[in-house]
Amino acid sequence: MTTAPHTTAPRTPRPRPLGPAQATWLVARREMSMRLRSKAFLISTGILMLAILASIIVGGILGATASTTKVATVAGTASVTAEVPGLEVTEAASADAAEELVRSGEVDAAILPAGTSSTSTTGALPYEIVALDSTPTTLVQLLSTSPEVVLLEPTDDGDGFLSYIIGIAFGVVFFMSAVTFGATIAQSVVEEKQTRVVEILLSTISARELMAGKVVGNSILAFGQIALIALISALGLTITGQSALLGMLGPAILWFVVFFVFGFVLIAALFAATAALVSRQEDVGSVTSPVMMLVMIPYFLVIFFNSNEAVMGVMSYVPFSAPIGMPLRLFLGDASWWEPLLSLVILLATTVVVVLIGSRIYSNSLLRTGSRVKLLDALKG
Amino acid sequence: MLEVSGVSRSFGSRQVLHDVSFTVGDGRMTGFVGGNGAGKTTTMRIILGVLASDSGTVTLDGTRLTSADRALFGYMPEERGLYPKMKVAEQIAYLGRLHGMSSAAAAASTDRLLDRLGLAERAGAPVESLSLGNQQRAQIAAALVHDPEVLVLDEPFSGLDPMAVETVQSVLAEHAAGGAPVLFSSHQLDIVERLCDDLVVIADGSIRATGSREALRDEHSTPRYEIEMSADAGWVRTLEGVQVIELDGDYALFEVPRGDAGSALAQTVLSRALATGPVVRFGRVHPTLSQIFKEVVQ
Repeated sequence: MTTAPHTTAPRTPRPRPLGPAQATWLVARREMSMRLRSKAFLISTGILMLAILASIIVGGILGATASTTKVATVAGTASVTAEVPGLEVTEAASADAAEELVRSGEVDAAILPAGTSSTSTTGALPYEIVALDSTPTTLVQLLSTSPEVVLLEPTDDGDGFLSYIIGIAFGVVFFMSAVTFGATIAQSVVEEKQTRVVEILLSTISARELMAGKVVGNSILAFGQIALIALISALGLTITGQSALLGMLGPAILWFVVFFVFGFVLIAALFAATAALVSRQEDVGSVTSPVMMLVMIPYFLVIFFNSNEAVMGVMSYVPFSAPIGMPLRLFLGDASWWEPLLSLVILLATTVVVVLIGSRIYSNSLLRTGSRVKLLDALKG
Repeated sequence: MLEVSGVSRSFGSRQVLHDVSFTVGDGRMTGFVGGNGAGKTTTMRIILGVLASDSGTVTLDGTRLTSADRALFGYMPEERGLYPKMKVAEQIAYLGRLHGMSSAAAAASTDRLLDRLGLAERAGAPVESLSLGNQQRAQIAAALVHDPEVLVLDEPFSGLDPMAVETVQSVLAEHAAGGAPVLFSSHQLDIVERLCDDLVVIADGSIRATGSREALRDEHSTPRYEIEMSADAGWVRTLEGVQVIELDGDYALFEVPRGDAGSALAQTVLSRALATGPVVRFGRVHPTLSQIFKEVVQ
């Protein structure tokens, strides 16, 4: 039999086979373009961004109003408030008028010359504070002179409420990204199995390239979303004049982004591998539920134990919770400089191992359609 | 030439392929026939490298296939499927790019194929919105977009409307004429019979017969002739060595032994008939592929 040369018909230039990087990138690009074309995705991302910006701005406004105390003064006491920050001063025509402002609730307190309202004449100061039904502690503190305090062994407890909020913020952001993009990967894996397109794909590129493309594509999108959130948070904090908070949060946010990149790849590989075990969209939920648990547990732990140093310490090293735990501890100043690096190494090593095992499960399960593939069979191949 | 040699494969304890060997010549349309579960799909998957064989090799022009070689294959799996939400043209161009085409070449080839397959006006529609017949055409385009140098098609005609069958036939024949080895499986033996140059018959995971259609015919059937004369044909039965299969008034269908003696015997029947009167019809009856298939598989 002779080898007929293919010169009889005009042929397109012979295609050059793709390298693994090109194949992965082609798959990743398809994943991203399909996702970016989905209206649901764009709308939900927009809503998320708006919600974050709104919460920062509202938080800033509330914080700003809460810290000013309204006081009324009369001519004789105006000098008392002159040098004190954080007061909104209304000058009343007379002591009676000032008292009336207090009664009507327009001001929190009135500062009047000593002896105007009280019967006592033993006051050491030349003025007195008149309030409605309780002592205006903030005002008293503002007007008081406190002695200098030196702590020999300072403990940095941080701001309990702030650390709670920030812990939850990291938790929510990681949880949401992992769940939404993880579920996307799982669906896209099963879609290819269910529609059988996977067999054509596998006749051109390897299963490993296919899985890598999915993980890379969705990771880029998730990372883009996180970067956008970080940017919007920084922007929001700056325009609402909370740049001091930004200075404190900045390093934690940066670490969060770094941990997120690897933590997400880990989760994504797990979603891809487990989803490959089933052939129908209906089964995705049940087969990926263990992975979902791995994402949810750190989220709940950070809600309930964000002030528990031991729990947070462990969380900051466990690969699945490190992206939440370590940045929070860094923010609180609980972690030494080497701790995030060590945790990152652990996370990286775990990610490599999981990606290798995951791609094995993935390759071995893709062509087994029908009933659910047993994990052990998928590992053995 | 595509050569499969000594390929075996088991799934668990069940061996589905036993030492499978055959060749698909350049420019030869090779039909791959066998019952359900005979091992056709597994063999094709192994050729494409989608599935690994336990032993044996697949070579193209004498060299073992690499994934780079396989990128030049056109493959149509038995289990059809495309991305339902992707646009037809976009999807086919994407597959072309996965085969290593530049985006411009993939787009040009996609346009040409869709035009040829009568899908041009649906190019921008999502696959899920196409009728089943059009989805099949899109599937064919997906297998051919990179102008493959070898074609392996698993049941390319199943589920196709007659128009699409025509189109696929002509496209396959065109590829074979260009020198590409073409291997296709089908349950529709009449199509295989009309289309193929060579045949590979598989049953229970073993190759039962290979060769050109004519050679297989000669090899696996006793020569049959039919004759229609203007008088009663009953006398044919009395001839030594002639086995009458069917006798109906002046019509007889009979078998003679293989070889020259048989041919001579058939000529004897003809001359005897001519002696009795005019002969309306005389000729060799070729067994249908399904007859050969039954005989080979049993």
